[in-house]
Amino acid sequence: MNVLITGGRVIDPANGVDQTQDLFIRDGKIAGFDDTTREIAVDKTLDARGLVVCPGLVDLQARLREPGEEHKATLDTELVAAVAGGITTICCPPDTDPVIDTPAMVQMIRQRAEEIGLTQVLPVGALTRSLAGEQLTDMAALRDAGCLALGNAENTIDNTLVMRRAMQYATTFDLTVFLNALDPWLKGNGCVHEGEVSTRLGLPVIPEAAETVALARELALIETTGARGHITQLSCARSVTQLADAKERDLAVTAAVSAHHLHLSEQDIGEFDTRCHVIPPLRSLTDREGLRQGLADGVIEAICSDHQPHGFDAKLAPFSESAPGIAGLETLLSLTLKLVDEDVLKLPKAVAALTANPARILGIDTGQLSIGARADLCVFDPNKQWQVDAEKLRSNGTNTPFDGRSLPGVVRWTLVSGEVVFAHDKK
Amino acid sequence: MTSSVQFDTNGNLRHFLTIEGLSREALVEILDAAESFISIGERQIRKVPILRGRTLVNLFFEDSTRTRTTFEIAAKRLSADVINLNPARLSTNKGERILDTIRTLEAMHTDIFVIRDNASGTSHLVAKHVPSHVHIVNAGDGRHAHPTQAMLDMFTIRQHKDDFTKLRVAIVGDILHSRVARSQIHALKILGVPDIRVIGPRTLLPTEIEKMGVTPLCELDEGLQDVDVIMMLRLQLERMEGQLIPSAQEYFRQYGLTAERVQRAAPDAVVMHPGPINRGLEIASEVADGKRSLILEQVTNGIAVRMSIMAKLMAGQRGPEEGKE
Repeated sequence: MNVLITGGRVIDPANGVDQTQDLFIRDGKIAGFDDTTREIAVDKTLDARGLVVCPGLVDLQARLREPGEEHKATLDTELVAAVAGGITTICCPPDTDPVIDTPAMVQMIRQRAEEIGLTQVLPVGALTRSLAGEQLTDMAALRDAGCLALGNAENTIDNTLVMRRAMQYATTFDLTVFLNALDPWLKGNGCVHEGEVSTRLGLPVIPEAAETVALARELALIETTGARGHITQLSCARSVTQLADAKERDLAVTAAVSAHHLHLSEQDIGEFDTRCHVIPPLRSLTDREGLRQGLADGVIEAICSDHQPHGFDAKLAPFSESAPGIAGLETLLSLTLKLVDEDVLKLPKAVAALTANPARILGIDTGQLSIGARADLCVFDPNKQWQVDAEKLRSNGTNTPFDGRSLPGVVRWTLVSGEVVFAHDKK
Repeated sequence: MTSSVQFDTNGNLRHFLTIEGLSREALVEILDAAESFISIGERQIRKVPILRGRTLVNLFFEDSTRTRTTFEIAAKRLSADVINLNPARLSTNKGERILDTIRTLEAMHTDIFVIRDNASGTSHLVAKHVPSHVHIVNAGDGRHAHPTQAMLDMFTIRQHKDDFTKLRVAIVGDILHSRVARSQIHALKILGVPDIRVIGPRTLLPTEIEKMGVTPLCELDEGLQDVDVIMMLRLQLERMEGQLIPSAQEYFRQYGLTAERVQRAAPDAVVMHPGPINRGLEIASEVADGKRSLILEQVTNGIAVRMSIMAKLMAGQRGPEEGKE
């Protein structure tokens, strides 16, 4: 099938492209731009005048709940939500049940996603067996099954020697190590940032040092092992400084931030709003500013959804006992575009944080529009606003603190391998 | 940040969840009404019909004989029917379970729930999910709030001190874990106390506590200088894990209230404690039982103040005209 997308503003940060032009897709691949496309037979034309045409979004961290927590969500429900949000590639952390620590699990998840045929799912394999932080997984076998990166999800590797060996071994097989910087002892049973709000509400805390101490350890190990590390989520301004320093010394380290940490702070918890219960916790306004600045400066490369869908009752509990996490697939693009509205990022840079940068972190060839690349695309209207209605989200998770907010950016079409897998019904 | 959950659409107090966000007038009104309820306790027939035909459920997920008993007596003196429940605690799905319990009891036409739980925010959670005719009174939620305790403390202070706006108050001990301290701070601030000090070791002073309008201090002797009111907190040694404070002996040496230390305070200073007291841990017996101690008065006042609060919640429901009676 040949598809022509006409008149859109094509933003392809990987190739430094930002101009209005036609885009032609043949046999699921990018075939050319403008004049080169005219003579060829077109099966389908998408009128993208006034819209932005960019690579499909690459989300480095989203929980899809399958296998193990199908009562919360399944690949069937969440991948529909993903394409509605313009996301065409997702990394799912290994903390499923069973854990993604064998090639069979990797293959099963990939196969399930392929059968559904929407967003591509790239499972992050476990660094340690059962995520227990003790024995290494068969990393070469996981790589051969399709893992590009390994991590230990939120299960920290407490023993520093195990972490060092995990990094060394992963590097042997050219695997990126996904790191979740959170010191388990400083985190304890905490659930909110240590600050004004924790003091006022009397909630157990996760101090800033829980992140900075752990990050310092991981950076020191990356430096001495030569591993390629990716920090899955940052929440503190001071972590950005640490990371900038590490990059100054040419460490092979990258980092992401969740879209919600760029917009919310501890203040949004208000009167125990459990929808704002996330790990790492929402921190101070100064931290939020630091994260925004880190993104603008390129210290933080990628924005992820950190999507965590829950059943309606998971948030119906006293704050500390409610399940942490926000369902974020369908707000990822809009929250990023809101940063453009708020003059934090220019549009091409915002698009890069969702496409070219995360793709480069993974070492995959999507997230860009080079000729011959797989035609995974997102076409959106940057000027249109929509109101978030949690009940109407396609995800099984309705747990979003952005419910009721008006956000910029509406996805018009999402294409995977040149096929339109999502089309916004015009009203 | 005010607590919007505890008011109805007319701005009447519907639930009593936290002192934060209440007006000075509202606090004074509760204290004034409590004065009139004090006399009921001294009469031969200690009952008034304000809550006649109403049902109150004491729902204590965390055990407390003292607070539960004073609520029970207060409700009975207002002629309410009282049921005490101490549901067994389960750690999983507690929120859902709490709401299920509430809904079941609601179906039996309960009017007031008095709730205590060890998690901060439980009363808010429940208040957000009950129909408009049901009232919630927070009898202590985790480290967050214990507003009726703070009100009875204010009542007790008012019986001994003329003007809140001239007071120096020290709150001493485990501020970090204390819902009592947080509610006391809000109440003292709202009533205009200009000098509030919170005193304890660094491990027990929550971060950014000064943003609540208090002065954190680590030295007890320095902190007690010229204060008019000393409010001691209960120290729960089992919470200290040998890390927040190293030992009972060391704690008493540094932060225990002795007669000698009380000398640093103003000559007519009073000593308070929410109870139950740990003699020889946070307070010396000679002080707890001494002439400056208001500890037993606090208990007595607790009944009248809780009557006043419950009466106010129900008055809001009856509408402005009836409520004025």
